[in-house]
Amino acid sequence: MIRFDKVNKWYGPDVQVLNDITAEVNKGEVVVLCGPSGSGKTTLIRTINRLEPINSGTITVNGQETHAKSVDVNRLRRDIGFVFQQFNLFPHMSVMDNITLAPRKLRGMSRAEAEEKARTLLVRVGLEDKAGAYPSQLSGGQSQRVAIARSLAMDPPIILFDEPTSALDPEMVGEVLAVIKGLAHTGITMMCVTHEMGFAREAADRVWFLDKGVLLEDAKPDAFFSSPRHPRAQRFLADLRH
Amino acid sequence: MLEIIQNNWMLLLIGQYPNGPLGGIVATLLLAIAGLALAFPVAVLLAVARISPFRWVSLPAAAIVHVVRGTPFLMVLFWSYFALPVLIGRPLSGFWTLVGALVLYESAYLAEVIRAGIQALPKGQEEAARSLGFGYFRTLALVILPQALYNSLPALIGQFVSLIKETSLGYVISVNEFTYAAAQLNSQLLVQPVEVFTILAITYFIICFTLTQSARWLEQRIARSRQGRPGRREAQPQTDILATEPMP
Ligand SMILES: Nc1ncnc2c1ncn2[C@@H]1O[C@H](COP(=O)(O)OP(=O)(O)OP(=O)(O)O)[C@@H](O)[C@H]1O
Ligand SMILES: [Mg+2]
Repeated sequence: MIRFDKVNKWYGPDVQVLNDITAEVNKGEVVVLCGPSGSGKTTLIRTINRLEPINSGTITVNGQETHAKSVDVNRLRRDIGFVFQQFNLFPHMSVMDNITLAPRKLRGMSRAEAEEKARTLLVRVGLEDKAGAYPSQLSGGQSQRVAIARSLAMDPPIILFDEPTSALDPEMVGEVLAVIKGLAHTGITMMCVTHEMGFAREAADRVWFLDKGVLLEDAKPDAFFSSPRHPRAQRFLADLRH
Repeated sequence: MLEIIQNNWMLLLIGQYPNGPLGGIVATLLLAIAGLALAFPVAVLLAVARISPFRWVSLPAAAIVHVVRGTPFLMVLFWSYFALPVLIGRPLSGFWTLVGALVLYESAYLAEVIRAGIQALPKGQEEAARSLGFGYFRTLALVILPQALYNSLPALIGQFVSLIKETSLGYVISVNEFTYAAAQLNSQLLVQPVEVFTILAITYFIICFTLTQSARWLEQRIARSRQGRPGRREAQPQTDILATEPMP
């Protein structure tokens, strides 16, 4: 579903943030991407929907080479949900409008149809009573669940998460992870940057470990957590446990 | 002074209307409103052009803004007086000459206000819209501009105050407005210039001060509505919003 082939990216002439990334995510799979701060996780996940350009290599999504000049990037992005660390809800719109905006304007859905769908999604993320609220009236955990619903409103076959819980107060992490877990293995292909190793253990099919732009491990969670091959991954896990 | 106002308030308010052209305070406000209403869309276009990732769009817009901001309004007014009739190929009334000069001049300032409003938005707003699949212009229209314009409302009112003050220069090309009415009154009364021009100044001050205060009040309201967003830990202003990826 998503294939990286020798992807390289530099910031300026000397800073290489992605180093020969070659890996694949299969359809319906859940991949957790972890690694130390500054290792390039955000950059990597943002290259998939072209929020970040790459310098060489190819990324193929659903058979389409995403960084090819001929690709209609807006079309491509409709099918790739993206959930941000900072939620990025539109503060001037109600929860309902946040969710229905894209289906109405980009898929030509009628308001009634889009709202019907939004209500189903709000039930799914446990916020059916918040349709009329504005983002400023929501807690962090609620905001992030709305952001997930907003992404799902386009029915993307792929959804990407960049540290969806790291801007949240600890007591709200659980409710968001529960929603993401509920999505896993429903057919949607999922990539999630996170340091929540409990989540990785329970929900991931595979864990990728990135260090200084190099993909050092690509393993099943059991194998990754019990016997990480690379010393850097061992140290990373040891640090997390403290 | 009160006596002058009592005897001449109609002249100060509406000029010689209905026996002559509309003038006075009403004309001043009409000039300012027409100037703002017409300058606003031009300013939005200029602001959007200024942040364009394409240099052939952003450079001319920047040039216009810098040239206008480096010119006294009186020069722009003279230029409009002589050049606008040539450009449009027919004579232009004083009213519309002044409006034209105001639009030329103020759209450059308003554009900078709007540009600042756009660039103060967190970059995540643009990225969220683009990630959903919205193109550059729809992102602007649906997500960026509604927020940027709302947030810059107080600054826009401030610009409206400038416009009101600038209309007084219409006097030099004999536009019937408030200053002109006061000058007429002064030549009728002959012996009370200090009183007449004090009335003029105080009236400008009251109008402008009221607007400035309401802008401050609005600013506080907007600031309050932006706070208390518990979900949002921080939102850093980014300067390069919308300047990252050009649209085909
Ligand atoms: N716009 C940029 N210009 C220059 N360097 C950048 C830019 N964005 C990121 N970097 C650098 O690229 C590297 C990778 O950044 P990235 O944000 O992808 O890391 P990350 O793994 O997501 O880190 P974190 O866990 O802190 O979110 C870092 O060293 C960062 O400083
Ligand atoms: Mg990151």
